[in-house]
Amino acid sequence: MGWIKTTFHKTGSPRWFFTGARPWVVGLYVLGALLIVVGSTWGLGFVPPERLQGNSVRILFIHAPAAHLAEAIYVAIAVAGFVFLVWRMKMADMLIQAAAPIGFVVTVVALATGIIWGIPTWGTGWVWDARTVSTLLLAFLFFGLVALRQAIGREDQASRAVALLALVGVINIPIIKYSVEWFTTLHQPPSIEIGKKPAIAAVFLWPLAVNVLGFYCFVAGVVIAALRARIVEREAGAQWLRDWTSKS
Amino acid sequence: MAARLDVEVVTELLHMGGHGVYVWSAYALSFAALVGLGIWPLVSLRATIRRLKRRRDRQ
Repeated sequence: MGWIKTTFHKTGSPRWFFTGARPWVVGLYVLGALLIVVGSTWGLGFVPPERLQGNSVRILFIHAPAAHLAEAIYVAIAVAGFVFLVWRMKMADMLIQAAAPIGFVVTVVALATGIIWGIPTWGTGWVWDARTVSTLLLAFLFFGLVALRQAIGREDQASRAVALLALVGVINIPIIKYSVEWFTTLHQPPSIEIGKKPAIAAVFLWPLAVNVLGFYCFVAGVVIAALRARIVEREAGAQWLRDWTSKS
Repeated sequence: MAARLDVEVVTELLHMGGHGVYVWSAYALSFAALVGLGIWPLVSLRATIRRLKRRRDRQ
């Protein structure tokens, strides 16, 4: 069990993370981009049109990964909020700061591709139902995390308030997830669920799976890169960073 | 014959039975967002390091 504690403490060290994480950024960028190119080419050119939705079904291969990833980023931020509130770990606070704007962009992509997909399939880009509203709320939450930090002048107070908002806002995640089951909606039920047989044919499943993995890898790389950028800003006075900049 | 087939394939891929405009705009938007996301932290990191170096050189 000792290694868990060691990893926890090491990850908590900005210096250790900053120097160690660089190859991860490169690796995840390359792997993520490769998977997304493969999955998207597959989904655009090598999958038959769907029986009811026709060719518009191809939007699934970017819409679903973006939407899923947006929720995952929020959960990661909420966990970081908990870690910061309990252990006052500075890295957790920096992770929230780095990931919130990324989560916002990914949520906007999910919303925008959903709207575009809705026009040919639903006959309307937007309906006010549980899935769309809870996802819109997710975008506002990400935006709120960024805005709240800037609105509070004292850094330690801002960090605590942001962590608390991050934690409280996690209630929205089960609402998004179950919104298509609890409420009447135009939105289709999930295509893949853990522990269940996929609701879509295998031809659609494979490019979707590749793109989900690609989105996760690429954006994980982006979050790590953003975290490194935050570390350099916040640790600007630290001796190790001065040594590092004079060497590079 | 082969060239004509290629043109047909490309036209169909772009048009997608009338759904092309939705599909391609959705992909274009997503890729633009992903590329932007990928570049932003690298640019931001480089800018901060440059600022730190300038400050150090002044001292």
